[in-house]
Amino acid sequence: MIPAHGGRLINRLATGAQRDALLVRAKAAPRLKVNARELADLEMIAVGAMSPLEGFMGQADLKAVVERHRLANGVLWAMPVTLGNKGLKLDVGQDVALEDEAGRLLGVLELAEKFGFDKNVEAQGVLGTTDKTHPGVQYLDGIGNEYLGGALWCTDLPKHDFANEFRLTPRDTRVLFKAKGWNSVVAFQTRNPIHRAHEYLTKCGLEICDGLLIHPLVGETKSDDVPARVRMDCYKALLAGYYPKQRVALAVYPQAMRYGGPREALFHALCRKNYGCTHFIVGRDHAGVGSFYGSFDAQAFMRKLDPQELGIEPLMFENAFWDKRAGSMATNKTSAADKPEDMVMLSGTKVREMLRAGMRPPVEFTRPEVADILIAALAEKAPA
Amino acid sequence: MREPKVTVKIPRPLYQRIQQVIHESGFSCPTDFIVFVLRDIVGDRALEKADPAAGAKTAPTNEEVAEIRRKLHNLGYL
Repeated sequence: MIPAHGGRLINRLATGAQRDALLVRAKAAPRLKVNARELADLEMIAVGAMSPLEGFMGQADLKAVVERHRLANGVLWAMPVTLGNKGLKLDVGQDVALEDEAGRLLGVLELAEKFGFDKNVEAQGVLGTTDKTHPGVQYLDGIGNEYLGGALWCTDLPKHDFANEFRLTPRDTRVLFKAKGWNSVVAFQTRNPIHRAHEYLTKCGLEICDGLLIHPLVGETKSDDVPARVRMDCYKALLAGYYPKQRVALAVYPQAMRYGGPREALFHALCRKNYGCTHFIVGRDHAGVGSFYGSFDAQAFMRKLDPQELGIEPLMFENAFWDKRAGSMATNKTSAADKPEDMVMLSGTKVREMLRAGMRPPVEFTRPEVADILIAALAEKAPA
Repeated sequence: MREPKVTVKIPRPLYQRIQQVIHESGFSCPTDFIVFVLRDIVGDRALEKADPAAGAKTAPTNEEVAEIRRKLHNLGYL
């Protein structure tokens, strides 16, 4: 079984007497509400999905991550994992009780540092831009000027109101892969429905690995992304009809999307290593948004990393499409088609237009079951 | 050619406890569960030799493994 990133699968979920003691500590501590991203990060830290992290970042780690995509101790790490203060007067050394929007206790932060960090430097270093239209930059602008760093103990995982049975932790997936006898597992990350192009990439991955983990991100996304609930229906319909049951698992990935392009591709890969995956699909414009990143910037970034240090093998794919001449899915690497009319490729805009109009896109682009779910979801959303 | 197996004796109360633990877990019999757990422990020991900190506090207990397998069985994965 592939070791967790940093060599040890972290577990910050307190149980039994330890949890009871933390509940007592939390009663005496000031309460801090976490936002949607921090909630997702808390959950991931607690279950080891962000190993080797054991809490929210301090200044040294944040600086190192921003400047050279590493923690202060040199371990490869792509994205800041930070907790913003929301105006509390806090002292270093004290406990801070973390709660969700509804006031439900999630855990205790052992406050080790309070610090400011230049947001433009963070944005430029991590996202490659300070453009205010980038959702990641907007997030930084909205979280206040003080970060809180320290170790986290989670007393209660966040409550969710959908896909609970699919919320498998790294421990769960590692037990699964071991029980299945899968020595190699390819992970597929997505924040979109899976159309024929993505299906093709996942099956290419499955041709060379023992198992496939369809691992959609279900944390906070942009308001115009397809909601996670709708996507889950799409994934279930697709798996039921088009994938070999014994070789594929669907589980949800709790992370909130950062839209960080190359850095986020690395982040996604390292976290999937913690889930026990040995391979990770990196497609076109991975974790991109708008035109902030080149189509293959993420792949170029991943290629520069030392494979030993990365520890999970990225599988890079170009844009996939239906090749009419060959009568099969292909990419530019495997297709002899050289005219647009020989390929079935649709823009996202065109697909959304068709779905809004109640029209299924061609079956060479998307499976009819998936199209029907998206059409119904858009019809529900449309103003009367 | 069948791989050679050996017989290992365990106390009857322990066997009965394991039967309770694996009920509806996806393990078909106590033998499967015992083999699974021992393979896990032996695997962890090899990892600990390489890195003594690796395995500490993160290996699930037998009950936790059974619970995880129940969850996976309910999903149809085991």
